[in-house]
Amino acid sequence: MSLHGAAAVQDLPMERVNAPQGFWRGFGGTAGDIWQYRELLVNLVRKELKVKYKGSFLGFAWSLARPMLMLLIYYIAIGKFLKSPVPDFVVYLFSGLVAWTFFADVVNGATSAITGNAGLIKKVYFPREILPLSVVGAALVQLVLMLVVLFAVVLLSGRHVAILNLLWLPYALVPLLLFSTAVALLMSAANVYLRDTQHLVEVGLLFWFYMTPILYAYGTVQDKLHAAGGWVEQLFIANPMAVIAFGFQDAIYQTGSVKGVQLLYGGNLALRLGVVTAASAAFLWFAQRIFGRAQGNFAQEL
Amino acid sequence: MALGSGQTVIRVADVSKRFRLDKDKSLKERLVLRSANRVPVEEFWALRNVSFELDAGATLGLIGHNGSGKSTLLKTVGGILTPTSGFVEKRGRIAALLELGAGFHPDLTGRENVYLNASILGLTKAQTDHYFDAIVDFSGIEQFIDTQVKFYSSGMYVRLAFAVAVHVDPEILLVDEVLSVGDEPFQRKCLERIKSFQREGRTIVFVTHSLDQTRELCDRVILLEHGNVIVDGLPTDAIRTYRQRYAVDEPEDENAEPVGSGELTITGVRVLDGSGAGCSEFVPGDDIGIELEVTAHAAVPAWVCGVEIRNQVDTLVFGTNSELLGVTLPAFADGIRRIRFTLPRIPMTEGVYAVTVAVHPPAAVQEFHRLDRTVAFTVRSSADQTGVVYLNAGLQVL
Repeated sequence: MSLHGAAAVQDLPMERVNAPQGFWRGFGGTAGDIWQYRELLVNLVRKELKVKYKGSFLGFAWSLARPMLMLLIYYIAIGKFLKSPVPDFVVYLFSGLVAWTFFADVVNGATSAITGNAGLIKKVYFPREILPLSVVGAALVQLVLMLVVLFAVVLLSGRHVAILNLLWLPYALVPLLLFSTAVALLMSAANVYLRDTQHLVEVGLLFWFYMTPILYAYGTVQDKLHAAGGWVEQLFIANPMAVIAFGFQDAIYQTGSVKGVQLLYGGNLALRLGVVTAASAAFLWFAQRIFGRAQGNFAQEL
Repeated sequence: MALGSGQTVIRVADVSKRFRLDKDKSLKERLVLRSANRVPVEEFWALRNVSFELDAGATLGLIGHNGSGKSTLLKTVGGILTPTSGFVEKRGRIAALLELGAGFHPDLTGRENVYLNASILGLTKAQTDHYFDAIVDFSGIEQFIDTQVKFYSSGMYVRLAFAVAVHVDPEILLVDEVLSVGDEPFQRKCLERIKSFQREGRTIVFVTHSLDQTRELCDRVILLEHGNVIVDGLPTDAIRTYRQRYAVDEPEDENAEPVGSGELTITGVRVLDGSGAGCSEFVPGDDIGIELEVTAHAAVPAWVCGVEIRNQVDTLVFGTNSELLGVTLPAFADGIRRIRFTLPRIPMTEGVYAVTVAVHPPAAVQEFHRLDRTVAFTVRSSADQTGVVYLNAGLQVL
């Protein structure tokens, strides 16, 4: 073992343990802290993925098999039995579902990320944000695999793909990441203080899913929303997940309208995504500050 | 080695920590109780205005009863808990061996867990690669390194965890009662490891209940009680105070109800010095007398009287009775008898010793009366010895 301990310690600066951070500052410091622990983050993501399918015969192949089977079920159940008016309904559905699945995985997983690792929190110091972030990382890997399956189906089905439209994908991915991470941080901290959070989150996500145009096209509900009043329509469209889903649908499904029914969002999507991105960034900053305030008491609350 | 250079590596400044004990965490409870305005919140201070500075290369022991705040203090230094007031400063990297294998996942193999645990403790992948063979070697479970840890015995689990933990390369090491794991050879290995950390000039703070370990390893000890620092100084002083407080507490809770059938009762126990005067402090080599006063409530044809001396960890140091000593005690039906055991030239080391006395019929299990840890006496040795017996040791260079 090296002897640098004694020699170098003289030159190191005296630093505060758990220095109190002001509410407005401290985001940068934490970000730097997380960067120092990036290897832990990577290892935890790897652990999440490994443990998920550990012991199963197909192992990691399940990550690909699961979205493929889901796709098949939707194809038969909704595409054939329910005869959706949307052509290539599976592709439409999956474009939005990819984004939603990521969001739901992150929020569900992160809610119990702190409480589920109580043993670690109480015994070892590391930036607590790492735990919800590792859930985000694992979900990101799943998202990429789902996109691979989706693109394979799109190519096999012989749909026309405009390359330029694909640029919506990264543009919608950024707010998806920011927004999901922010909600993840808030929920993981909230669940420490109020264990009901995990149950509320389950119900909330279900409601949220149906409020987001993924199973149905925005065009099919637009008239009813409009009839209910302009503010209802505005509220519906203010849902960040709706805007993000529009981005994914524009990028992958691409068919604007069929028989007069608007399938994709007709408004200024670029502007809306821009606003959602900026708002999500601010929300993430805010969520981290709340998390930073709450984490000092994690060890004693658990 | 240029150690003890007076460079402060840990500064704990006026740290207090208050815990709130919320009774329930569910939404229902909170809504119902808050509206009724009787949210059950209990508060207590786990640490009260604790301040100390620790120099590079020092080994500090934290001792105290359960709940005295030692672990809270250690966690505050390690950054796991945030103090309610005051602050902690440190120089260099801290590694905390607070619980072994806290980050182990049962479904992963030993190898995978080594990498995961090492990164939780702050090692990079390259460093872990570098130490991997040493870690496996130290744990002594090469054969099972690629087995999932859920199949490990608890001993193997702890050994692997400890092996990872001691290969972290920190400037400051925090240890919380992890030295009492594994079998005896492994414990020795762990102690060796701690000692080599000391030789390398690292700063160590550790919590233990083993006073022998404290005396062996520490050059400074802080005794905590209810979150307050009682003693901050040399190990012998702190241990002495700790033992005194421990011994004072002890007899009071024990003699709640009499043990035995009650034909004879022991109505008095005194510890005497060589001249027969009452005394409670001795040095090794002193003569001790233990005098009992026995009162008869019914006629007994024959009886035996015994005495036991136990140290503060309840190890039997010495025990005898009248039968073993070849004395037949005369029958008696009423009144009071006094008997005295004499223990010449006691070969005992420093500590607090408790005396248990009993009277019973010859060769019987049922006792007439017994008093557990009824009186205590202290032995002080000026020489710095460890162990259980005092030997008048010398040294010759030949």
